[in-house]
Amino acid sequence: MTTTEPAPDTTEEERPIGFGRLLRKEDPRLIRGMGNFVDDISLDGMLHLAILRSPVAHARIVSIDTSAAEAHPKVVAVITGEDLAAQGLAWMPTLSNDTQAVLATDKVRFQHQEVAFVVAEDRYSARDALELIDVEYDWLDPVVDVRTALDADVPVIRDDLDGKTDNHIFDWETGDEAATNAVFDSADVVVSEEIIYPRVHPAPMETCGCVADVERVSGQLTLWCTSQAPHAHRTVYALVAGLPEHKIRVIAPDIGGGFGNKVPIYPGYVCAIVASLVIGKPVKWMEDRTENLVSTGFARDYVMNADIAATKEGKILAVRTNVLADHGAFNGVAAPTKYPAGFFGVFTGSYDLEAAYAKMTAVYTNKAPGGVAYACSFRITEAVYLVERIVDCLAHELDMDPAELRLKNFIKPDQFPYETKTGWVYDSGDYEPAMRKAMEMAGYDELRREQAEKRERGELMGIGVSFFTEAVGAGPRKDMDILGLGMADGCELRIHPTGKAVVRLSVKTQGQGHETTFAQIVAEEIGIPPEDIEVVHGDTDNTPFGLGTYGSRSTPVSGAAAALVTRKVRDKAQIIASGMLEVSVADLQWDKGAFSVKGDPTKSVTIQDIAMRAHGAGDLPDGLEGGLEAQICYNPENLTYPFGAYICVVDIDPDTAVVKVRRFIAVDDCGTQINPMIIEGQVHGGLADGVGMAMMEMIAFDEDGNCLGGSLMDYLIPTALETPDWETGHTVTPSPHHPIGAKGIGESATVGSPPAVVNAIVDALKPYGIRHADMPLTPSRVWEAMQGNHTPPI
Amino acid sequence: MQVPAPFEYERATSVEHAIALRTQLGEEARFIAGGHSLLPMMKLRLANPEYLIDINDLDELFYITRADDEIRIGAMTRHRELLDSDLLAEHFPIFRDAEKVIADPVVRNRGTLGGSLCQADPSEDLSAVCTTLDASCVIKSTDGERIVSMQDFHVGPYETAVGDTEMLTEIRIPLKAGGGSAYEKVERRAGDWAVVSSGVAVWMSNGTIDDGRVGLAAVGPNTTSIGPVAEALRGAAPSEEFYEQVGEIAAANCSPQTDQRGTAAYKTHLAKELTRRSLRRAVARAQGQEA
Amino acid sequence: MQVTMTINGQEVSEEIEPRLLLVHFIRDQLGLTGTHWGCDTSNCGTCVVLIDGEPVKSCTQLAAMASGHDITTVEGLEVDGELDPVQEGFMQCHGLQCGFCTPGMMLTARALLNADPDPSEEVIREAISGQICRCTGYSTIVRSIQWAADHETDVSVGSAS
Ligand SMILES: Cc1cc2nc3c(=O)[nH]c(=O)nc-3n(C[C@H](O)[C@H](O)[C@H](O)COP(=O)(O)OP(=O)(O)OC[C@H]3O[C@@H](n4cnc5c(N)ncnc54)[C@H](O)[C@@H]3O)c2cc1C
Ligand code: FES
Ligand code: FES
Repeated sequence: MTTTEPAPDTTEEERPIGFGRLLRKEDPRLIRGMGNFVDDISLDGMLHLAILRSPVAHARIVSIDTSAAEAHPKVVAVITGEDLAAQGLAWMPTLSNDTQAVLATDKVRFQHQEVAFVVAEDRYSARDALELIDVEYDWLDPVVDVRTALDADVPVIRDDLDGKTDNHIFDWETGDEAATNAVFDSADVVVSEEIIYPRVHPAPMETCGCVADVERVSGQLTLWCTSQAPHAHRTVYALVAGLPEHKIRVIAPDIGGGFGNKVPIYPGYVCAIVASLVIGKPVKWMEDRTENLVSTGFARDYVMNADIAATKEGKILAVRTNVLADHGAFNGVAAPTKYPAGFFGVFTGSYDLEAAYAKMTAVYTNKAPGGVAYACSFRITEAVYLVERIVDCLAHELDMDPAELRLKNFIKPDQFPYETKTGWVYDSGDYEPAMRKAMEMAGYDELRREQAEKRERGELMGIGVSFFTEAVGAGPRKDMDILGLGMADGCELRIHPTGKAVVRLSVKTQGQGHETTFAQIVAEEIGIPPEDIEVVHGDTDNTPFGLGTYGSRSTPVSGAAAALVTRKVRDKAQIIASGMLEVSVADLQWDKGAFSVKGDPTKSVTIQDIAMRAHGAGDLPDGLEGGLEAQICYNPENLTYPFGAYICVVDIDPDTAVVKVRRFIAVDDCGTQINPMIIEGQVHGGLADGVGMAMMEMIAFDEDGNCLGGSLMDYLIPTALETPDWETGHTVTPSPHHPIGAKGIGESATVGSPPAVVNAIVDALKPYGIRHADMPLTPSRVWEAMQGNHTPPI
Repeated sequence: MQVPAPFEYERATSVEHAIALRTQLGEEARFIAGGHSLLPMMKLRLANPEYLIDINDLDELFYITRADDEIRIGAMTRHRELLDSDLLAEHFPIFRDAEKVIADPVVRNRGTLGGSLCQADPSEDLSAVCTTLDASCVIKSTDGERIVSMQDFHVGPYETAVGDTEMLTEIRIPLKAGGGSAYEKVERRAGDWAVVSSGVAVWMSNGTIDDGRVGLAAVGPNTTSIGPVAEALRGAAPSEEFYEQVGEIAAANCSPQTDQRGTAAYKTHLAKELTRRSLRRAVARAQGQEA
Repeated sequence: MQVTMTINGQEVSEEIEPRLLLVHFIRDQLGLTGTHWGCDTSNCGTCVVLIDGEPVKSCTQLAAMASGHDITTVEGLEVDGELDPVQEGFMQCHGLQCGFCTPGMMLTARALLNADPDPSEEVIREAISGQICRCTGYSTIVRSIQWAADHETDVSVGSAS
């Protein structure tokens, strides 16, 4: 099945050899229901695993009685923490080098923590058997409120850690505190606000799960897993379980959305591996939706105190923040070792500041672990929300138009590369045209006029602006790692004798369309049509090492690797061509797909001719090996810094406080565009996420630590009726250090849209004197704000 | 995924058969209509019936007809049919108002009127609709049938007048001259249960409200019909001030709880605001001013 | 118990446990894994199939209840190697990313177009509002369905006959 069979309406220009709008290679199987997702996998003799979870947030385990479950006719095994402890497998490392219980042994530390598991012949029986396990708990006071987690009299959650006497995880700071305070002390205007980014969840439509199959004799483990980072997972399994790495094969088949949720290693995967190892049969574990929402990688959960200093004319001078970060019961953040708060340091935004300072304290609470998932580019979502919200607060205070205020303070094009006051070097940017373009698309001035008229009539209309700079493509490996593994990516390209190709990636699509985009990158560089290029990914046995897809890093890192490996192959092709055409290498010119002799275009050889010669019996230039293939490992020199200008228009019913998002305009700049169709899709999805987070998504807890967001009835995700028809545009400012000038786009909209929506809602509420209101802005929370009741969500 | 505990399944072939099965199997048996309330509860193991009696083949329970001075609706009539019915929309526009915002279109293809009323979820919308319209319910058993007013049918949250050996078969709504009705709901998101909803029906002559009712959902127990509102409506001349007053009476008679959907104060406010809006529209419709 | 039903035009007869949900019957017992599962509370719609031509959440129906009925799953959209215009539309307009919600979305779209060959954007948004897509933000799904409406052939899978 080829993917690019011209569909009735496909025009030639939509089938580019290289960059341009190209229909996706993954679609033909997916629209036929022929995708291969983890839960679609069925192996002979496969057993099913279900996990028993704690009903309470904090309790000592007194006893576990598994006898009734074991007696169930279809149950093969029941395993508890004690059983795992006997194998030294009760604990595993988290992605931040903390430890996390695979199954609780001593006590449970969050509601729904893993306590035991059942393996049965079918999934219904496995579920039934969970009801037969009897656990006695001795309840402890839970630590739920992040603000009091460090108080002297609260229980210590992590008493498993040697010498731990409090719930403190780390302190972290960035920027120059003294210099920042000095600017604040002498500033005309200082605005402060507590800004909360509540706990949210990526909730991909496919939950997490795996099939583990340990071959009894060889000891070979094959793990089909919902993993965004199969290589990293394999190495961690090797380190944790002591399995030899060459005997582990991790396959990430089709993945039904990740958004960061599928970066960490979850206890369920380890349980399935152990079960298969012990029982000698393949074992499947698939989360139910509750398990996904209550136990796997949540995101955000930051209480941020923000201050901004400016002149009375609206020149922004400095930003300062103090953050309290709730990491849950185990520190499961996927952050580079040097950056425990991820890339939160870019909270200085898109503005040319004199000083900036951030301090953060991270604490344990009796809540699910995680903390970096959901399209956040390593905490940039929080950073951008912080700065874009506090800039709006400043605009409110100065009575200035928020777009004008931003335009006045942007870093100027000639300042790039621009080093921020927290040490990040923005590679390229041209902010004003993007902002102006968004304003033009929106009809900004006209909207403001409409708003003024509506305000006269008592109607509530809001226009929200946000401008973000992202930092994506982690990262230079000397600075950035996960558990000590450097964030570089391998890529391998092989041109077959007939001129078709296979490119192997270390990253993995979860819907972003890698099979298409990467074929286009190779096509652009070597002139082979994308349909002739097979993209292999998501299988550790068949791809080179690399750290996977998250933080919008595929195009910046792996995309660069693909371009460079292709250039390496092309260089070799050029030498072969020089032999074929009997001219020197320097006399050849490249016209996408063929080398020709400079000045005599009739003398040329195509890449397909060259491929055949490379593998053929004919002579090759002296000293050249046969074959046409190469492999590289790309270590980015810097992150890439995509940016964008977003404008959101909302209408609020003044009597019911129901908010309607009327329009959303997004102008993105991700540098060189590979496939505009896919880029637009990435932006659309992120915009919907932003509407969700701003208006409805939140994982809430009651005072006993019970999770209140454990189903899609409670954890709301926007539908087609809450989301407008997105209006998108772009500017192109290539990255100077990326081989094709591309930056990441996967998370731009998720990062940039929440402040635009919140700013719009707060703007609509200006007649009520409101300067700030916290997400999620449900009708009730909007109405309460209108009554003057400011109730933080946490 | 969550799955129901084991049970036995029987498919009823007629109302008599269904009732006979129910009588024979006793309190461990349940009817399954659309299954869109029952199956989610069974997956959570909040309901663990030993027998399910499937009543989806009972063609005799799928209808919306006019009989003299009332409209009769079979218990198995699905949300989708209630939404699409022009007959209902003509006489009781409150149905179409409500059905547009009950659950989502796919759920509406299966969920039934009978299932909704029997589930008696405090956030469920159709109990308020039917009570407002002064409907009555036909309940059958091997002993014959009895007719219960909606007010008596709806005993409390998750509790109805239908006994263990009985079946709800029909809902009857009286047709009276000068009627107008409307429904308003605020939800956090399409497909979500109500934060609050309010239905109003009035019957008018000569510009005066002769009779009227208000029913609310999601604001506490026993709000499917609010007595003091009915009293206030009787004999009143509609005006904006009056709508406001009625809204206040409605708000005073509910007892919402603060939860994820909203604070008690907000819900009380909505009870007032939505009642005011529904009443305004119901009056306009009764006077032929709005389609 | 024994159930018999038509799936994508073929009669199947299987022995099942009464509690088996239709989604698991289709996926696990018949091996038609194009129908997906995504939640426990009937909210996500990734499991939507057509029962007698109407979209239904197959996680909220028992296989037993479907006995005697006509089921269409995503695998039934392509007829004799001809893609349904809805499938073609989703490819043309980038109506899918991870593809997890896609089978359910396409089946709802098919049922919609059978009933209303020229739906407005508003009608399309309403029709798919019981189904969640976490990837696309819906605009491209709307466009895909509009594309299909503009390219309808006489294929009309799943229309109740
Ligand atoms: C995602 C989702 C969102 C929803 N949102 C809303 C909403 O916003 N508003 C709303 O009002 N509802 C909502 N519902 C509920 C929906 O309307 C259900 O379909 C309805 O409540 C139950 O109808 P059913 O036919 O599915 O009943 P079932 O689930 O089949 O049955 C419910 C109960 O009634 C009993 N029963 C059914 N029929 C009879 C009968 N004839 N005689 C005696 N007992 C009977 C059953 O034994 C069972 O106990 C939602 C449901 C879902 C899944
Ligand atoms: S699986 Fe979510 S609605 Fe069916
Ligand atoms: S395409 Fe991924 S959920 Fe819709």
